[in-house]
Parts: sequence; structure tokens; C-alpha cells
Amino acid sequence: MSKLVLRNISRVFGDFTAVQDFNLTLQEGELVSLLGPSGCGKTTTLRMIAGFMAPTAGTIELDGQVISSPSSSLPPEKRQMSMIFQSYAIWPNMTVAENVGFGLKVRKVKADEIRRRVIEILEVVQLGALRDRYPAELSGGQQQRVALARSIVVKPAVLLLDEPLSNLDANLREEMRFEIRRLHDEFKITTVYVTHDQAEAMVTSDRIAVMNKGRVEQIDAPYALYGRPKTRFVAGFIGRTNFVEGKSNGDAVHFGGFSVPKLALNADGAGLPEDVLVSIRPQGIHLLKHDPGSSGRCCAQGSVLRRSYLGEYWDYHVALPGSAQPLRVTARPQEVFQVNEPVWIEIDTSQLTVIS
Amino acid sequence: MAVEVSQPGVAPAAAVASAAAPSALGQRWRHLDKSAWVWLLAIVVLVFLVVNPIVRLLIVSFQLPDTGAFTLANYVAAYSRSRYVDALVNSLVLGISAAGLCLMFGVPLAWALSRTDMPGKGLVWVSILGTFVIPPYLGAVGWILLAGPNAGWLNRLVIELTGMEQGPFNIYSMPGLVLVVACYSFPYVFVFTKSALDLVSSEMEDAANILGSGNLRTTLSVTLPLVLPAILAAFILVFLEAIALFGSPALLALPGRFHVVTTQLWQFFEFPPKVGVAAAYAMPLLCITVFLFWLQRRITHRKGYVSLTGKGGERRPIPLGPWKWPLLGYCLLVCTLSFFMPMVVICQAALAKAWGRGFTLDNLTLNNIYFTLFENNLTRNATINTFMYASAAALIAITLSLCVAYIVNRELVGRKVGNVLSFLTMAPFVIPGIVLAIGFYAAYTRPPLLLYGTAWILILAFATRFLPIAYANSNAAIRSINPELEDAVRILGGTRFTAIRRVVAPLLKRSLAGAFILVFIPATRELSSAIFLYSINTQVLSVLLFDKSDEGNFEMLAAIGLILVFITVVFILIGFRLMGRDFMLRRSAA
Repeated sequence: MSKLVLRNISRVFGDFTAVQDFNLTLQEGELVSLLGPSGCGKTTTLRMIAGFMAPTAGTIELDGQVISSPSSSLPPEKRQMSMIFQSYAIWPNMTVAENVGFGLKVRKVKADEIRRRVIEILEVVQLGALRDRYPAELSGGQQQRVALARSIVVKPAVLLLDEPLSNLDANLREEMRFEIRRLHDEFKITTVYVTHDQAEAMVTSDRIAVMNKGRVEQIDAPYALYGRPKTRFVAGFIGRTNFVEGKSNGDAVHFGGFSVPKLALNADGAGLPEDVLVSIRPQGIHLLKHDPGSSGRCCAQGSVLRRSYLGEYWDYHVALPGSAQPLRVTARPQEVFQVNEPVWIEIDTSQLTVIS
Repeated sequence: MAVEVSQPGVAPAAAVASAAAPSALGQRWRHLDKSAWVWLLAIVVLVFLVVNPIVRLLIVSFQLPDTGAFTLANYVAAYSRSRYVDALVNSLVLGISAAGLCLMFGVPLAWALSRTDMPGKGLVWVSILGTFVIPPYLGAVGWILLAGPNAGWLNRLVIELTGMEQGPFNIYSMPGLVLVVACYSFPYVFVFTKSALDLVSSEMEDAANILGSGNLRTTLSVTLPLVLPAILAAFILVFLEAIALFGSPALLALPGRFHVVTTQLWQFFEFPPKVGVAAAYAMPLLCITVFLFWLQRRITHRKGYVSLTGKGGERRPIPLGPWKWPLLGYCLLVCTLSFFMPMVVICQAALAKAWGRGFTLDNLTLNNIYFTLFENNLTRNATINTFMYASAAALIAITLSLCVAYIVNRELVGRKVGNVLSFLTMAPFVIPGIVLAIGFYAAYTRPPLLLYGTAWILILAFATRFLPIAYANSNAAIRSINPELEDAVRILGGTRFTAIRRVVAPLLKRSLAGAFILVFIPATRELSSAIFLYSINTQVLSVLLFDKSDEGNFEMLAAIGLILVFITVVFILIGFRLMGRDFMLRRSAA
């Protein structure tokens, strides 16, 4: 059964529509990210799930019960959820143990039971030794772990995370991504995770909902999102990509220097408009010194316009005759081409994605 | 990894069915935020404390006392006699002269302490703080001892030295009143000007210096214009302070046989009280105050004086050379007039068997203070009352202002309602204490809300009067707390009250204690509203001090005054410990 259902949710502030017609269903134990640039409405959505804000249209249901609707909204304290905030919101007047035990105390759990569970969860987040410290004496990463422990220990129906890693430095952020995923795998709490960092979303999530200007662009697993972006925004927002415009003609679609059979782009070959826009990732293109010959692959000739060496890979800009935009190509470090050198490009047609 | 595309436009039918199951009313009740009634209560209290008295004041000014029918007779009565109009003019003269004198006192002192290498800054600073501590009416008592006709110390000194028949000074006169009012208002000018000067960077003066302008010219043509808005704002503030003052004019103008607006208002309350006439007569005071506060805000908020908003750059004191001695002399003269001389004679009187006998050891006694505190029922009760009323008022003001600040900052009500709430909370700032008192009298002397004669009318009037101080502090305190700290409590299952009790309150403890002191101190010495609202069983020290002034028992007056000063000093020291040295200045941050 679905755990959390957001049905046609909208939120309007004055003339500004922060969230429009948002639909999302979370299964029990699933971790879904809301990913998008700042101001896209993801935090607003999260705060509506938490109950800090009522939607102006639509309903939110938890375990089949309506908890939010425009007319009334269950207060946050009755939702059995927990949340990790951007600022962590660790209470500076309480020790680590008091912070973590707070939710249990509110739930009227017995004192020795609270103590046992607090010790247990602090071991899980590797803070056992810091139990009696005050938050001011902790580092950013440790505060983050306190926030995690505090929200997990109550075994919430839904766990909400609001850009929890945005205040950490780069190394710590990477470490905490895995930590969050590890804890999710251990406790299987249904989780909504808000972030603007795609790597964070990819590492932690089962599914990602990409949002833009208050609307959902696409909801998919990370792999599908990267490999098969449905909209131009998603293709551009998740990783780097090349957009190539083409015209469909007969059985094939003609792009600047090459053409692709319709069947290769679209399973049934039908339903393609006349003007076709495709996305191809830089690593879906290979550069070759020589014409590979007509082996059924999609090839074209071009020349290197610009190149940069980034250690882990080469970043080439390749100009194709008949194509306005140069293609970006990622190549392994040993594949060296000079600027202005004529090259053959080979496109993996299975990685071409039609953008609607 | 399996890719499952899920776009749930249609939900499972089961979910819909169970969602519709609970009754609409039950859901409403579960969803209701049960803390709402507290916010409603705060609004009601605010209406009771601020709106009702002012509305009643307006209504009463247009009513016949017996029938309540509409009339303009009150206004005719209030402005038809030349005596009454003279009092208005006197107030104007008093306000302008006192404010002018305040500038002469305050601006040079601010400049000396902020920008120059004058020696003895510490001493000047302490005595200005001391001037803050003395209630203005106690200063007036001090000056009566100093410059009362014939018996005043200064007159006796002059007679001694010159052999004149009569002393030259008479404090019971307009110039005397102006001097006394200025002595206890100039610290406002000092604080305003000094904080503006503290923001002017030395580089601006250097720029003028390098273009060939001397120190004096630079000061007059660059530095002074930069702080002019602050000085102007301070001028307005002390003008308003001077015309709203009751204690000093009552002590000095009444024996001098002239009236100002506040003393005239008081006369309208002599039995039988003419509330309607008093209300009508209070209107110019109220209107001028509202208008000038508006003007003052416009001046201080004006853009263009960039140096006043940013942090100042490097600052170096201006070397004065030999001129530092005359400047120090002037500073000490001001401090002598406002602090040293009055304080010395008050201490002498409080500790003397008879003040006229002079500064000798055999004249020394602690009897006055002992008698005031312990033996005399009247003064002992008044001391207890002062403490209790001021504490209760501070507690009420802080609780209420905290509620309002919380409501407004957390946007628990719409933005418009929030603006109205904070406006109402700040409104008493522009209502002179004496006008507020008349409003309270008009509103709460009759059933169903008969508060007159009880302690509550004093407590509530004090709380209302100092509500803006409490609000400025509460607001700053609430703003300093990240709302996510409370959200975290709520999402973990705590109610809003749990969040306030367990997180907000512990974090605000210190700043609220500071706010308490900032309300408590002025409430212990408040006279202008108390004088209209006290009854025989609810006297406070300030009222008693005023009441006893016509008996001529100056030893007792001085003893009461010293007790007030002592209370103030103790609480200021506690405030310093709690909040740091600058906590007194936050009052002006409103």
C-alpha cells in the first residue's frame, strides 16, 4: 500500500505559484528526492508534507488518511513524521542526549527505555562518546549526525530532509551522502529528501522527482533519469548533455552531419514530430582518427574546435558541418586529438534520447 | 536497477475510500491548532490596554459628563480661558528652551567623548550615566535645595560671599524649570549624537584636512552636518519629553505660580474631576507628539547620510592641544549642574537631622532612611507597592509583547493583522504618560470595568506605558531564534507550547531578564501616569515623593529619592551582568 500520496498539490503565495499540480506516491520504505534549482518549490512541497503549510489545492494522504487539504491541515506534531532541517535545528540549550531523546520524551516513552534507545542510536551514528556535549561544542558534521539520530530514533512514519548537507564542506558532504543511504538501508524509513545537488540525489535516492518552476518535470530512478531524460530541462539539469536538432524524413531523422533511423530513436517509430530534438551525453560519443566504415553505426566527420584536459578525462568541443552547435565529447586521457584535427565521431544510438 | 515510471494521477480506490471515512467535524477538530486561543487573547488584551483608553479619551472629550450626550462644551471650556491658553504657550516655551539647552549640554559632550583626546572621559561618562539614574523629579528636589529662594545653598553662598540682602537665584521660575528639565533630558541628546559620531570615520575628516581645512572648520563643516539628523531627532525627542513631563513642573511651576499643560491637566482632576475637559485639553499634546514622532522617524530614516548607516572606518581622536582643558571644564560644569551638585545636596538632606544645618558630622543620621523604609507605614507600603507594581507591570508587558512579537514574526496571523498588532504594541511610545493616564481614567472608572482605586489600574497603565520598550526587546530576541528550532520540536511531536517552553524560553532567558529590567526601572519611578490613577491605598514612592513635597519635609523626600536611586542602580548592575554594558542603549533601538 502507498505510504504517502500527494494528489494534485498546489501552493500559491499571492500572485506567485510556488508549487503547481504536484503528484507523487511513495511506497513504504522508499526514498524519493525532490531535486531542482533554488526557488523551484521543493522546500515548499516538503513543508506542506510536514504540515507547516497547507496546500492551496489538492490533498496529502498518509496511510490513506487525508492529513492536508486546503480547508484543514493536521498540525505537524500529530503527523508522526520527523525532519532534518537545513540549519540542523539542534537545540543549543540541550545536550546531545537530550536532543536525541526529546522526541521519545514527548511520546511519553519510559526514561530507561529512552536512555537505551538514545545510546543505541548514537552508536549507529558514531557519536556514542559525545552524549553529554552541548551542540556548540560539536563540529558541523557531528551536529548533522545528531540531527539524523534525533529524527531516526522516534521511528517516524515519514522522514523529511531539507537540504541537509548544504552547510557542510565538500568532503564531509560526500561522506554524509553515503551515511544517509546507509541509515536508510538499515531502518527502511519512508523518506522525502530535498536537494539541489544532483550527485546527492543520485547517491541517496530510489527515485528522483526533478522539479522546475513549481512543476514536476520527471519522476524516475537515477539511472533512468540520466539515461532517458524526458524534457530538455531534465536533460540539461542532470549532468551535461548535447542537444541536437533534426528533421524527420521518411524512415530516418536527419541531423546536421548524420542521420538516424526512426526505429532506433523510438521503439515503434511512430509519433515523432517533424522537428526532433535529441539529447546525447558527452560520453555517448566516441572520437576516431579514421573512418570506421559503414558498419551500421552512426558516423560523421568533424574537427576539434577546442579541448581541455581535466586529468580524469578530455573535454573536446567538436564542430560538425551543418550543425550550429559544437558537440561536447568526453574522451579517456589517452585519446589525444589536436585542435583543428579532423576526426570521425561515432554516436551510440542507444544513448540518443528524444526530448519532448 | 529496475526502472519503474510512476505518475500517479489516479490513486488506488482503497485510499480514497478510507480518506473519506472520518467525519468532517472530527477531522476539523484533529486538525485544529489548539494554541490559537492564546493569540486571540493577546489581541483582546492589546485592545483593552491600548485601543480602549485612547478611544474612550476621544469619546469623553465630546461628551457631557452626566448624560453622555454629544457636545463641544468640553473644548470650549478647555480653550476659552486665557489661563489655560497661557499654559499651552508655557509648555511650548519650556519644550523649545529646554531642548535648546539640551543641545548646548549634550552635543559638545558627545563630541568630546567620541572624537577628542580630552582627559577625564571616564569621569564624565560615569556622571552622565548617573544623570540617567536620577529620576527627573528628584533632580528638581535637589535643585530646590540648591536654588530655592533664600534658603537654597547657592543663594546662601552668594549672600555669604557678597553680603547681598537676597539670593539671586529662584528655581521656582521658568528659567529654573528649563534648567532642571534640560539637566535630566540632555543625556538623550548625548546618546543620539555620540552614537552618530561614533560612525563617522576619521577618513572623512582627513579628506577635508588634506584639502586645507583646519580642525575646527572640518568639525563644523563636515562632521557636524553628518550627525545633524541625529541631533535633530534628539532635539525632537527631548522637546516631547519636556512637554510631557509632570514631576518637575509640578514641583517648580506650581510654587512659581504658573502652569504648563501637564500641571493644568492635573488641576482639571481636582475634585470634582472634569475628565471631559481634561481629555479635550490633552488633545494638542497628543497630536503634537504623534506628529513629531512621525517627523523624527522621517529624519532618522532619510537616506543620503551614508556614513550613519555603515560601519565607520578607522577612527582617531582629534588632538586638542591646550584646548582640552577648557573643554574638560565645560563637560565638568554640565556634570556638576546635572549630577554632582544635586546629588550632594540630596545625600546631605537624606542623611541630615535638618538639612539647613549644613554639612557637619553631628548633623549626620540614618534615621530618615530607617524611618522611611521601616517605621512609617505610608512610605513602607509605598516602597512595597513600587516593587510589586513595577514587577507586575514588567511581567505583563513582557509576556504580552513576547506574544505579539511571536505572532508577528512567525506569521501566525495574516501580514495585515500582524502589522496592526505591532503598530498597537508600539503605539504607547507616542502617547504621553499623562494622556495615557487620562485615557485609563476615562475607560476604567465605571462598571463593568471598574479598575479605578485598585492596584490593577496602576499596574496596567505602567505595563501599557512601557510596552514599546518590552516589544523592541522581545522582537529582537524572537528574531534571533531560527524558526527551524521550533519546527524541529513540532515535527517530533511537540506542540507549539512545548516548543516555546522547552526551546524558545530557555534560549530567551537572558534577553528577557534584560527586558524585564528595562521596563522595571522606569516603572519604579513613573510619576506622570501614576499621579492620576493612584488612590490612598495604592501609593507608590514617586507619588508619595510628590505628595510630600508641599510639606517641606525635604529630609524625607531625599530619603525616598535615594531609595529609588538605589533600586535603579542595583538593577542596572544586574542588567550589566546579564546582558553586557550596552544593554541600556537598546531602549533607543526601538
